[in-house]
Amino acid sequence: MSGYYGTLVRVNLTTGKISTETIDRAVAGKFIGGRGLGTYYLKKEIDPKVDPLSPDNKLIFATGPLTGSTMPAASRYMAITKSPLTGTVASSNAGGYWGPELRFAGVDLLILEGKAPKPAYLLIHDGKVTIHDASAYWGKLVGETTDGLLAECREPKARVLCIGPAGEHLSPIAAILNDKYRAAGRSGVGAVMGSKNLKAVVVRGTGKVAAAQPDKAEALRKDLLALIKANGVTGQGLPTYGTAVLVNIINESGIYPTRNFQTGVFETANQASGEALKEKYLTGKDVCFRCPIACGRYCKADDVEGGGPEYETLWAFSADCGVSDLGVVIKANKWCNEYGLDTISAGATIACAMEMVQRGILKPGEVDGPPLQFGSGAAIVEWTRKMGAGEGLGAKMALGSYRFAELYGVPELSMSVKKQELPAYDPRGLQGHGLQYATSNRGGCHVRGYMISAEVLGIPEKLDPHSIEGKAKWAKLFQDLTAVIDSLGLCLFTSFAVKPDHYRDMYNVVTGRSVTTDELLAAGERIWNMERLFNLAAGISPDQDTLPKRLLKEPLLEGGAKGKVHRLSELLPEYYRERGWTPAGVPTEEKLAQLAVK
Amino acid sequence: MQVEVRLFAALREGRFGTQRLELAVPCPVRDLLQLLSICEGEVFLCLVNGQHSKLDRKLADGDVVSLFPAVGGG
Repeated sequence: MSGYYGTLVRVNLTTGKISTETIDRAVAGKFIGGRGLGTYYLKKEIDPKVDPLSPDNKLIFATGPLTGSTMPAASRYMAITKSPLTGTVASSNAGGYWGPELRFAGVDLLILEGKAPKPAYLLIHDGKVTIHDASAYWGKLVGETTDGLLAECREPKARVLCIGPAGEHLSPIAAILNDKYRAAGRSGVGAVMGSKNLKAVVVRGTGKVAAAQPDKAEALRKDLLALIKANGVTGQGLPTYGTAVLVNIINESGIYPTRNFQTGVFETANQASGEALKEKYLTGKDVCFRCPIACGRYCKADDVEGGGPEYETLWAFSADCGVSDLGVVIKANKWCNEYGLDTISAGATIACAMEMVQRGILKPGEVDGPPLQFGSGAAIVEWTRKMGAGEGLGAKMALGSYRFAELYGVPELSMSVKKQELPAYDPRGLQGHGLQYATSNRGGCHVRGYMISAEVLGIPEKLDPHSIEGKAKWAKLFQDLTAVIDSLGLCLFTSFAVKPDHYRDMYNVVTGRSVTTDELLAAGERIWNMERLFNLAAGISPDQDTLPKRLLKEPLLEGGAKGKVHRLSELLPEYYRERGWTPAGVPTEEKLAQLAVK
Repeated sequence: MQVEVRLFAALREGRFGTQRLELAVPCPVRDLLQLLSICEGEVFLCLVNGQHSKLDRKLADGDVVSLFPAVGGG
């Protein structure tokens, strides 16, 4: 049926019961799909205080109404659950081909409950779901698992989503990988999948996602493709250099976190930049479903090749660990993809351990592998592998930087928010982005409201990164709009070229609804508030809306942000006001009534 | 007076990565672009000493000018 979005498949892994439900149209309208609708079901169906790794937690794969449609960059799905890393709602987003394939198979939302009695995988073939023994794949790396399952299922055109050994070991920084190199990386969603004894979900679908208004959809698609192509960022910068082109901009701005955020200038960034990647290591592109931007890289270093590294990955293993050799970054990235680790958290945890050694907190005698010294390429490759395999000290590091540093009594050395590692931008030189880090509903994260766009790149308009004026309002707008994009099933990168009215148009022509831009943004705000309510009920107190002490108290000593700290205490009250929350950071009854959410 | 010019991504192609330039008098960034045959339209971002700057910013001795074409990501 054209524009139809409403099939939910529920699999109880404990009992093996599989059922199909129809999503209420009014509910789908209220929460859009993807991140919004998935969180709606999570909040409705689990106790927010549940142990994230118990069978009572649920894992929801949610496509958006545009996922798999002809709209540009509509490749995304969300993995939604309660996070074992942060204790908050987790909603990790990935592109590639798996999400569209799920819709082609007639499934819009997949809710996984319970725990399989032994390692299992799901096969979804045009709406028919079967559970199979995955014992032969338990312990196997992502590449081998993917190839093995494609052969076993005799479905060469199927798409495989799976975990690696890190998810099986319940590492709170374990990712879920699809199409080998695409990761729903953050917040430990891979560990939740591992806790359910679920190794993989193989999907094959032969249907398509037809628009309710096909002629209008086709005209809009063409307009948007032209817009994306004409835009310098999406038409030239990202296709040519990938996301790693940011390395030099961020470093030249003095906000490129280096050696565990001890400085904002990495002296050899140029050697480990997007430009250097293109010159020496790039072998091709790893393009997501129907994407005109094609930012994904495919790189090779010696005998190691694969998708990535992305900007954040490159930063985590390079500047954050003080390493200039891109070849070893490519190898560490490969281990993350194979073992199923989040690259940001893995690299940042190694950086934290390196600072613990630098400060004499972690003794060399405890380090059962290459010395954890800033600048060591051997260390980042081998410690990534050891974290993935859960070997020796690597097993402790696989808990993530906060829990690891806490074991040694120095949690303040973890550069994280709500225990999730911060990404590749020092908030001391980015007041709005830092506010966004502190208030993100899934902890340290750059893609809940990518303020870099305005504060560095000048999109949609240039904001002074060092000023706090108006930043609370901007942060709210970015967060609400991002919730919309994530819920539609689109890639966030469309927002460099595409305006809010275009998102409205895409939603309307594909679903046949007729919402206004304001209504869509209100849905984004509704989703944000719903996530906040989940976190509050989960026991995540508003006093966790903060940043590591270093970023609040210790000024940067060099570069464009020299002398700056993050001014969170000035920004947070204004942000709560903008949100219509109490001064203590709790959504008011009036706000919740206005948004019709509870 | 001397300034250091750093070019990135596509702006480097056929030009240079980093170069020191001798300027007779303090001039705005815009004049520097002319000197280097770079169209204003090619420049998406301009930093002077790590600070976001407009093209009319007047340069002083020892300044570091970083120029970027349209790029983005994350």
